[in-house]
Amino acid sequence: MNDNEKPDKTRRNLVVATSAVGAAVGLGAAVPFVASMWPSERARAAGAPVEVDLSRIAPGELAVIEWRGKPVWVIRRTPEMLASLKAAEARLSDPRSKASEQPKYAENEYRSAKPDVMVMEGVCTHLGCSPQLKGADAKGEMGGDWVGGFYCPCHGSKFDLAGRVFRGAPAPTNLKVPPYTFVSDSKLVIGEDEKTKGV
Amino acid sequence: MVARLWQWFDSRMPTVGAEWRKHAAEYYAPKNFNFWYFFGSLALLVLVIQIVSGIFLTMNYKPDANLAFGSVEYIMRDVPGGWIIRYIHSTGASAFFIVVYLHMFRALLYGSHKEPRELVWIFGVLIYLTLMGEAFFGYLLPWGQMSYWGAQVIVNLFGTVPFIGPDLALWIRGDYVVSDATLNRFFALHVIAFPLVLLGLVVAHLLALHDVGSNNPDGVDIKKVKGPDGHALDGIPFHPYYTVKDLVGSVVFLALFCFVMFFVPEMGGYFLENNNFIPADPLKTPQHIAPVWYFTPFYSILRAVPPLFHSQFPGVLAMGVATLILFFLPWLDRSPVKSIRYRGTLYKAWLAVFVIVFLVLGYLGTEPTTVWGQFGFDAFFLDTKDVATWVARVGTVIYFLFFFLMPWYTARDKVLPVPERVVYH
Repeated sequence: MNDNEKPDKTRRNLVVATSAVGAAVGLGAAVPFVASMWPSERARAAGAPVEVDLSRIAPGELAVIEWRGKPVWVIRRTPEMLASLKAAEARLSDPRSKASEQPKYAENEYRSAKPDVMVMEGVCTHLGCSPQLKGADAKGEMGGDWVGGFYCPCHGSKFDLAGRVFRGAPAPTNLKVPPYTFVSDSKLVIGEDEKTKGV
Repeated sequence: MVARLWQWFDSRMPTVGAEWRKHAAEYYAPKNFNFWYFFGSLALLVLVIQIVSGIFLTMNYKPDANLAFGSVEYIMRDVPGGWIIRYIHSTGASAFFIVVYLHMFRALLYGSHKEPRELVWIFGVLIYLTLMGEAFFGYLLPWGQMSYWGAQVIVNLFGTVPFIGPDLALWIRGDYVVSDATLNRFFALHVIAFPLVLLGLVVAHLLALHDVGSNNPDGVDIKKVKGPDGHALDGIPFHPYYTVKDLVGSVVFLALFCFVMFFVPEMGGYFLENNNFIPADPLKTPQHIAPVWYFTPFYSILRAVPPLFHSQFPGVLAMGVATLILFFLPWLDRSPVKSIRYRGTLYKAWLAVFVIVFLVLGYLGTEPTTVWGQFGFDAFFLDTKDVATWVARVGTVIYFLFFFLMPWYTARDKVLPVPERVVYH
C-alpha cells in the first residue's frame, strides 16, 4: 500500500474506473429482469378478432363480447335510445368526441358506423372498471334527469348510450370504440377494419 | 452449566451479547411511556404473525388464474387448520394497518417525527408505503372479484402518468389486462420481494431509533439529565421493564385479534369484502367496488378530484401527494416543542380536524358516491350533484391544508414551557 500523504492518482483512477465499470455491468444485468416483465410472446399472440352475430341480439339489448380479455359491448339501439343521445348532449363533457378515441367511421353524432349498432369497449376511461347499463327507467337511482346510459360502479362516472361521458364524472374521455367491420348486414367482426388490415 | 455454555458462546461470538445489551438490556428508554407506546412492538408482533401464517398459506396456495380461487377455498375447507391460518393472515393484514395508523398518530401527538428523529420517521413512512404495496399484491391472490377489479383500478392509476403511463401499466401487468401473468408476478412480489424490503426497513427504523433514543409523551430529551452511572435519570432499561409491559400489551392485543379471527373474520365486509367470495370475472365489474378499508381515505381523495384537460392524472397525483407528503412532516412542523401537552390550541385544533377528516374520507371511500344523496338545486359550479363527492372534496382540501399550512400554524402557536424532566399526569 502507498502510505504517502498524497493519494496515488493512478491507483485512485483505477478504483474510480473499476467502480464505474462495475456499476455499468450492474445496470446492464438489470435489463433482462426488467424485460422479463413485459408481456410474453404468448400474451402478445392472443387477441385475434372476434365475430358477432347481430341477429341474436334483440333491439335495446346489450351483448358483452370478450375481445383481448376486455368486455366489448354491442347494443342494438332503438329509436328511443337514439333520441336520448340528443337529450343528453348539453350535459356531456365531450359531445363531439374530439378528445376521445374512436376509428374515423365512428367519429359522428352516433359514434358508430351504423346508428342502430353501437360497438364500444366496456372499460371505463377513468381506471378500467366495467360500467353497467342503466336504462331510462333507472331515474330513481340515477337522478331525475337521467335519460339512459351507463354508470361506472367504481368511481361514479356516467355515460350516455353512445359512451359519451357526462360532465362532473372522474372519467376524462368518452368510452373507447374498438376497430370493427360489418362483413354482412347481420355479421360484425370486432378487432378488424381497413386500417388494422393495412398494418 | 447454562452460564458456562453462554460463556463459551460469548467468547467466540461476542456480537450477540453486545447487541442484546445495546438494544434491550442497556437500552435506556424514558420511564413515562404510556398506552400509545404499545403499537411499535405490536407492529413487530403482527409482522411475525403475517410471515409465519403466510409461509404456511403458500404451502397450499396456487398462483394460477385457473387454480387460485379454488386453492383458497381448498385451504378453507379441506386443509386441516387451513381456515384458521387464512383467517390469521387476513385479520393480520387489517390489524397491521390499525396498529400502524395508531403508531403514526402517536408521532403526531408527541412530535416523535421531529429532530433528531427525522430518519426514524422517514424509515417509518417507507415501511408504511411498502406495507400498502404488500397489502395490494396480497389482495389479488385470492382472485376474487374485488381482487381482480381492485388490481385493475390500481394498475390503471399508473397508466394515467403522462407519456409513459400506458406502457408502464402494461409492464406492471405483463399483459393487456390483469391476467394470469399479473397474478403470478404479484405472488412473487408478495411472498418474497416486499417482505424482504419490509424486514430491511424495520431493521433500519429500529437502528435509527436506538441511535438517537426514544421520544416520550413529554417530548423532553431525557439524556440532558444523567445520573452518576452515566445513564439518563428518567430512563429505564428496555429489558425487563418494557419487554414485560409490551408482553401485557401483546396479550390484550392477541385477545382482541382472536375475537375478530374467530367470530367476525370478515368484519361485516370490511376486512374481507363480500364480492371477493365470487371468482374474478374480467367481463363484469361488481355493482359496488371499494378498496379494503385501509386504503379508503386515499381512494376518496382520488375520486374527489375531477379530471382536468381530459386527463384523470390530477386525481392520481393528489392521491400520490397525500401519501408522499408524510415524508416532509419533520420539516413542515416548525413548533419549538414536541409533545401535544405543551403545544398551543392551533395545533390541537388542526390535529383534531385532520383526524376527523381522515376518518370521514375513509368512510366515504367505502361507500358509493351517491351514499348521501344529491343536492336538490342546480348551480353552474355543480359539476356533480352528489353530496358525498362535495364532502370528499372539502375533506381533501382540509387534508392538504393540515400539511401545507403546518409551517405557519405551528410556528405562531402559543406553546407552554417544557419541563427539564419527564412528569406524570
